[in-house]
Amino acid sequence: MTQTDKPSSATDVARRRTHTPLQWEYAPAPESAATGRIRPRYQMFIGGEFVDGHGGDVNTINPATEESLAAVTWSTTEDVDAAVRAARTAYEKTWSKMTGLQRGKYLYRIARGIAERARELAVVETLDNGKPIKESRDVDVPTASAHFFYHAGWADKLAHAGFGAAPRPLGVAGQVIPWNFPLLMAAWKIAPALAAGNTVVIKPAETTPLSILVLAEIIADAGLPPGVVNIVTGAGDIGAHLVNHPGIDKVAFTGSTEVGRKIQASLAGTGRKLTLELGGKAANIIFDDAPIDQAVEGIVNGIFFNQGHVCCAGSRLLVQESVADEVISKLRDRISTLRLGDPMDKNTDVGAINSAEQLGKIRELAAAGEAEGADRWTSPCPLPDRGFFFPPTVFTDVSQAMRIAREEIFGPVLSVLTFRTPDEAIAKANNTPYGLSAGVWTEKGSRILGMAAAMRAGVVWANTFNRFDPTAAFGGYKESGFGREGGTSGLAAYLDTDDEGAA
Amino acid sequence: MAGPARRGSAPASPVTDAVPVLKTYKLFVGGAFPRSESGRTYPVRGPKGEFLANVAQGSRKDARDAVAAARKGFRAWSGATAYNRGQVIYRIAEMLQGRRAQFVELLVTGEGLRPKAAESAVDAAIDRVVHYAGWTDKIAAVYGSSNPVAGPFFSFSTPEPTGVVAAFAPPEDSLLGLIGVIAPIITSGNAVVVVASSERPLPAVTLAEVLATSDLPGGVVNVLTGDAAEIGPHLAAHADVNALDLTGVSGDLREALARTAAGTVKRVYAPTRTPDFAAPPGTARLRAFLETKTVWHPTGAVSLAGGSGY
Repeated sequence: MTQTDKPSSATDVARRRTHTPLQWEYAPAPESAATGRIRPRYQMFIGGEFVDGHGGDVNTINPATEESLAAVTWSTTEDVDAAVRAARTAYEKTWSKMTGLQRGKYLYRIARGIAERARELAVVETLDNGKPIKESRDVDVPTASAHFFYHAGWADKLAHAGFGAAPRPLGVAGQVIPWNFPLLMAAWKIAPALAAGNTVVIKPAETTPLSILVLAEIIADAGLPPGVVNIVTGAGDIGAHLVNHPGIDKVAFTGSTEVGRKIQASLAGTGRKLTLELGGKAANIIFDDAPIDQAVEGIVNGIFFNQGHVCCAGSRLLVQESVADEVISKLRDRISTLRLGDPMDKNTDVGAINSAEQLGKIRELAAAGEAEGADRWTSPCPLPDRGFFFPPTVFTDVSQAMRIAREEIFGPVLSVLTFRTPDEAIAKANNTPYGLSAGVWTEKGSRILGMAAAMRAGVVWANTFNRFDPTAAFGGYKESGFGREGGTSGLAAYLDTDDEGAA
Repeated sequence: MAGPARRGSAPASPVTDAVPVLKTYKLFVGGAFPRSESGRTYPVRGPKGEFLANVAQGSRKDARDAVAAARKGFRAWSGATAYNRGQVIYRIAEMLQGRRAQFVELLVTGEGLRPKAAESAVDAAIDRVVHYAGWTDKIAAVYGSSNPVAGPFFSFSTPEPTGVVAAFAPPEDSLLGLIGVIAPIITSGNAVVVVASSERPLPAVTLAEVLATSDLPGGVVNVLTGDAAEIGPHLAAHADVNALDLTGVSGDLREALARTAAGTVKRVYAPTRTPDFAAPPGTARLRAFLETKTVWHPTGAVSLAGGSGY
């Protein structure tokens, strides 16, 4: 998130409450929905063709308005079977026989295609997902393009990736992605798979199918050989059929730990390679010598970026006791300036919750926080009268045993705990079955490095938060999953790297 | 003194020769040699069915004690410098070399190997330990990276140990296979609870004596003897076990353990082919129990972009 320090359009009530200096109201600055060129109906993509599924049509809605955006064809298991066959044929007949350089050139084309249609993709993403246009425009879409560009360059350099002289692709990858970063997760899954020489069948989340189907057009326009990328739409049953399909060699899943466990259990004994990127409950640790104003920006970014629909969100704020009052006070002031509302407005900081179901989960956990005795504070921002919205919320007086300190809320809800010593901060930060990310804020260099080493988490952001790059591996420890995305370890997830001698 | 004196084996002259002192084969947990909490033992027999020894039959409680010891051992071991870990693992090779004849005798009398084959197995095991001793301080260089991210940040990725690994040693290859499983796990800083071959556990218990005198912190390697099918499910379900190495189990048990492991999203290493532990080991086992950690920090206003102007 890249908010400036400008004040909000919040009400006078908010200003009185937070002492925010009175400045100006923001005029609406909506991005044009027409840029998205949303069509009335979308088909799925199998074997290089846009085809109808056998599951009828399902409407995808704009969560900011609850209105239907477009109809999307829905697949059945037989469509998944057809997609897996197409991927297998493409793998055997073309993709595995091409040189890495030629494979890479297709990925470069896709990277360029995403960049060329960037604004259109950003609008589609925001309309379908509910995230602020400034995030889809400045983060999701450019990072997706960058991911293809980075991996394009690996396709002819696999021998130098550190997994032997001639690492082999795995074959057909079955991939299931979530609704929080629909296009970006598609890029994270498709780009490394293709660069390593695999073909894919990928299923987007049921509430966010549109951006990947625009990506399908870019892929088709890039002339990618038919069947190398296949996209099937549907709900969890289609995902389950895909990951358990005997015709695939590799499964990659990003989503909840609950579903990840089921997938891991169902693949037990199959020998099929699996990578999981699951939930998180990251600690964002603020020491008393931290630059408090910068840390407050980082806390806001950590939990309110993408409405908190982020597996690596900094959802547990651990603040040193001596600065807790100051941090919490400044944090409330800052949060009060966040503009919540129309995701298409370029000034919007917090957009819509992706679905009624998710909104219900957030409400339920927030209510549990109150019921368990935590002190609830809600941003005074006005809420739109339609759409799925949840105001930025901060819980203080949170104990480690409370559900809001243990469970992933996946929404704009921050739980604040305090600590006195670095050892206590480490113990509390690591006191979770998750281990995806962590944040550390301090001006002391040795403490940064010491804390970074002590975190049992796959990504540690020090004096920053929520940074992503295709060159930097991302993924979890413990029950946040296994395998990485990005960098050479991300490439390993799509290669047969077994170099043990066999009897 | 070479090999194991067997139960029932008598001195050449009962009248003038000393009666050999026999070893009680126990578990190795937290650097100590406890009996099984369950009080159970089972007989181990040689190639001709002759009685060799009674061995502790580990229980669920023993497994839990071993995991707790491994968690403690992990803290010390993962916090040690890579150089120190390399020295300790090299020390294991030194201790193994000193007991070479004992292990050869164990393999000959206990498992019926021909002396030449036994010698080459023990020598290969020693070589394997030396190989891994040299890996400790190179893993980060080979599998870590400085990440050229597109922004004003310094970003690096570094491999770290996964934590506590529960491993099942191969049933056949009682010494080389056991070391081939344990060594790559501990090399990167993990701690291990290993279930020894149930039919051929004696080299594992004797190896524990080597480990106990190698400056290895207590709990880094814990050796359980007993039935993998009895102990395994408890290890696979244990929330403080981070990974499973299923090399030594197969079939339904392997699948069941892998499924149980999903409950806590454990990493599972289950090679589909039968490993040849005599072959050069590759890196798959080393990498199986590594996590990649990526760290980011802003580089601030001082820019080095485009070369230094100083």
